[in-house]
Amino acid sequence: MIKKFDKKDEESGSGSNPFQHLEKSAVLQEARIFNETPINPRRCLHILTKIIYLLNQGEHFGTTEATEAFFAMTRLFQSNDQTLRRMCYLTIKEMANISEDVIIVTSSLTKDMTGKEDVYRGPAIRALCRITDTTMLQAIERYMKQAIVDKVPSVSSSALVSSLHMVKMSFDVVKRWVNEAQEAASSDNIMVQYHALGLLYHLRKNDRLAVTKMLNKFTKSGLKSPFAYCMMIRIASKLLEETEGGHDSPLFDFIESCLRNKHEMVVYEAASAIVHMPNCTARELAPAVSVLQLFCSSPKAALRYAAVRTLNKVAMKHPSAVTACNLDLENLITDSNRSIATLAITTLLKTGSESSVDRLMKQISSFVSEISDEFKVVVVQAISALCQKYPRKHSVMMNFLSNMLRDDGGFEYKRAIVDCIISIIEENPESKETGLAHLCEFIEDCEHTVLATKILHLLGKEGPRTPTPSKYIRFIFNRVVLESEAVRAAAVSALAKFGAQNDDLLPSVLVLMKRCMMDSDDEVRDRATFYMNVLQQKQKALNAAYIFNGLSVSVPGLEKSLHQYTLEPSEKPFDMKTVPLATAPITEQKTEIAPVATSKLPEKLAPCRQDIYQEQLAAIPEFQALGPLFKSSEPVQLTEAETEYVVRCIKHAFTNHMIFQFDCTNTLNDQLLQRVLVQMEPSEAYEVLNYVPAPSLPYSQPGSCYSLVRLPEDDPTAVSCTFSCTMKYLVRDCDPNTGEPDDDGYDDEYVLEDLEVTVADHIQKVLKPNFGAAWDEIGDDNEKEETFALATVRTLDEAVNNIISFLGMQPCERSDKVPENKNSHVLFLAGVFRGGHDVLVRARLALADGVTMQVTVRSTDENVVDVILASVG
Amino acid sequence: MDSAAVEPSLYTVKAVFILDNDGNRLLSKYYDPELYPSMKEQKNFETNIFNKTHKADNEISFLEGMTIVYKSSIDLFFYVVGSAQENELMLMAVLNCLFESLSQMLRKNVEKRTLLDNMDGVFLVVDEIIDGGVILESDPQQVIEKVNYRCVSEQAYGFVLFDYITGNTEDQGEKRQLL
Repeated sequence: MIKKFDKKDEESGSGSNPFQHLEKSAVLQEARIFNETPINPRRCLHILTKIIYLLNQGEHFGTTEATEAFFAMTRLFQSNDQTLRRMCYLTIKEMANISEDVIIVTSSLTKDMTGKEDVYRGPAIRALCRITDTTMLQAIERYMKQAIVDKVPSVSSSALVSSLHMVKMSFDVVKRWVNEAQEAASSDNIMVQYHALGLLYHLRKNDRLAVTKMLNKFTKSGLKSPFAYCMMIRIASKLLEETEGGHDSPLFDFIESCLRNKHEMVVYEAASAIVHMPNCTARELAPAVSVLQLFCSSPKAALRYAAVRTLNKVAMKHPSAVTACNLDLENLITDSNRSIATLAITTLLKTGSESSVDRLMKQISSFVSEISDEFKVVVVQAISALCQKYPRKHSVMMNFLSNMLRDDGGFEYKRAIVDCIISIIEENPESKETGLAHLCEFIEDCEHTVLATKILHLLGKEGPRTPTPSKYIRFIFNRVVLESEAVRAAAVSALAKFGAQNDDLLPSVLVLMKRCMMDSDDEVRDRATFYMNVLQQKQKALNAAYIFNGLSVSVPGLEKSLHQYTLEPSEKPFDMKTVPLATAPITEQKTEIAPVATSKLPEKLAPCRQDIYQEQLAAIPEFQALGPLFKSSEPVQLTEAETEYVVRCIKHAFTNHMIFQFDCTNTLNDQLLQRVLVQMEPSEAYEVLNYVPAPSLPYSQPGSCYSLVRLPEDDPTAVSCTFSCTMKYLVRDCDPNTGEPDDDGYDDEYVLEDLEVTVADHIQKVLKPNFGAAWDEIGDDNEKEETFALATVRTLDEAVNNIISFLGMQPCERSDKVPENKNSHVLFLAGVFRGGHDVLVRARLALADGVTMQVTVRSTDENVVDVILASVG
Repeated sequence: MDSAAVEPSLYTVKAVFILDNDGNRLLSKYYDPELYPSMKEQKNFETNIFNKTHKADNEISFLEGMTIVYKSSIDLFFYVVGSAQENELMLMAVLNCLFESLSQMLRKNVEKRTLLDNMDGVFLVVDEIIDGGVILESDPQQVIEKVNYRCVSEQAYGFVLFDYITGNTEDQGEKRQLL
């Protein structure tokens, strides 16, 4: 009784939460009353509650203090107060991992579990199994078996669920209880049925036949528990997927019959299972979609959410199947739960026809300001996808996006919008001017430096080529006056591009540049001075090289080369051509907006690949005098995927040599291969200089061997060659289990597929942001032109793709996209040939019966022009 | 969110927690040791969810790759968390059972003060509904019977005081009947 007043005092002291200012040490101190006789159940109960509360709040208990409290607690088993006993079980479970010697309570728990008080039995089983390990489990096995088939549902359920937890630890013991579980499965109690089914499945899941039998039995006898039905549906759909059984199997019929179950939970589970099945036909989907459609108008938010989320998934693969639900989905756009509304909209944007886009956009704009940024990004992404589908709708989208851009929002959201606008501009030349105007307006009041610089860069690239470039100058120069250093510097670069491209603007740009030379920031001043001097020369070549098309080298490569240069001082000036080129032109990669998380990875990884090879190769002594690595090709498979040995080749091009790297994998576990090398027989005047074998190739551990080849010096046009390759090695048979090889082995060989070296292996892709300027810069000194007829090609798209992959050059000015319904196209390609010679290709294509192609090649080196033309023909 | 099939398993519930109207944890259980293993991550997760859900009573949300169903009552917020592939209605069944059981046990006074006064009962109710992530019971009536807990509520003080005055401290059983 005293406790009651204690508690009251505490409460008045600490506001509304009696547990708010609990001190662990004080509570442990209080726990000493556990040792008092007679036991005061109410006070002890209160202290146990405090201990559990503290544990729940994340309070850390040391092993000693936990053990002490635990041992004191064991005395409380003497009391017969029900709640106190139940709290003891809870404490045992909570402390099972913190306290030592918890098994001390085993006998007390075993007593409770087999005792007369049904209230104790279930919880005691669950507590006992928490502190039991495999060896002790055998001691209580008899009781567990009895408990599983006990007629009291709570006891049976507790035993089944505890057994399930124990499966992870002692599968072999629990496996012996299958018969008991089987018996429990026919219980009348719905929860026992569910738990028994779950346990049976976990025990049998590796035996497909047994699972099938079990399913058959239960589908025939019928179950009462909706939970058990959900479980059965999951098992059935997993079986269907594994066996790749046709949809006419009884399993599918069972799932479909569940669509008519009286529990919504089961109906939804069945619908969701059907929707997730691979290669489901529209006819099979129809019943599932129609129940989901019904759920869309349910008063329960969770059901609406579940339905629309599943429909959203259907829309990805079968948009037409969802069209029937469009009306219901549109009602959900105004749902008070914004998760539901957003899902409904994104689904509609996938399924809606072009004519409904306007109306939909109107509806979205009415509520877009209410939802959180995360969902806004989802909406923007949906719009972006829609723009690609219906390019003609760009004006509606653009308006909408510009409104969104004006609203408040975080960085991610704004970036998604800006990316979306930029991609629309790139896809639709007609929308360029409106898009640029919106972006100009945006940077007038933009707090995100990254976005401002990105937009300024875009203005510099696109602005000078619009009909009225002068109107952008004001927006750009405002940035110079108002913004931070990074933005000012970007603005100066953009200005320079206007000056270089438009002669009539040049005088004004020069005036502005002069002002920028007074800037307080070093970088801004440097850029202004540099551009000022370049612009004053009024030479197209200089403009092209230094203003439009910047460096195309890889930045880490440049850093490394410069470092190397400073370490070994020499008379020669530093040569830019020795620096490896950037492998992946980053700016034009994202032709479509990928989800934010995934688009970042490839950009980071791509430039590294070649650097990694460079380092690997430099570590091999034979290859040190070759100079910098020029280009590494994508891996080429030289074997079928499922052969004894899997070999793929990567071609590394150097100035005068090539290295072939063969990545070999031995898939035979009874063989150890040693001294593995790939012998190469060239068809042309290539000379194999050196082989570097892989010393040893154990089972399934990939290894690499290399071949060094010198390119023919007297004939620079010989760029393509075919090598016949044979892998040679010493085989030592070995024991598949231990991997221990026999003492002696024998030589063997394995014929690989032929390896082709093509012109693409000698050319590195380089992006020229302004192709026209680069074209003029190289000039027509080494220009050659030829016309070809591509008889086998049927469409312009196909022709463009063929040329790009054949030459291995970078398409510029988005010329790799052929506009629809045109019968002529011009493709611009840029690259650098081995040895550092720039190459530009202009291919005019015309579609008649086949495709006629007029190729013009310009390069800084005459031989290169010949090489390209020769290889095209 | 897009992984096709759900591995058939009884482990449905990833976490369950009860927060007050300032987002403080009153009770929370995490059943998947891989999900937010440290206390800091757990509390972070709870704060995030609380911030996103406490303004509107929307019943269901999708956050940090988890399906979350929730319910509020006066100054309390109840959450049940499951994986993205989980059947939302199963999670709802758990949430409803938790709420109904507590509501019955606390005699419809589902508010922070009463809840904390009967914290032992709350722990037991949660323990009866979910065991290690498996739904143990979904019927509130069954839960209440199993827990068999007597509520400490304002009316009880009268009896306690009466017992105190009359010196009747022993007979717990009789008081239970009175209540």
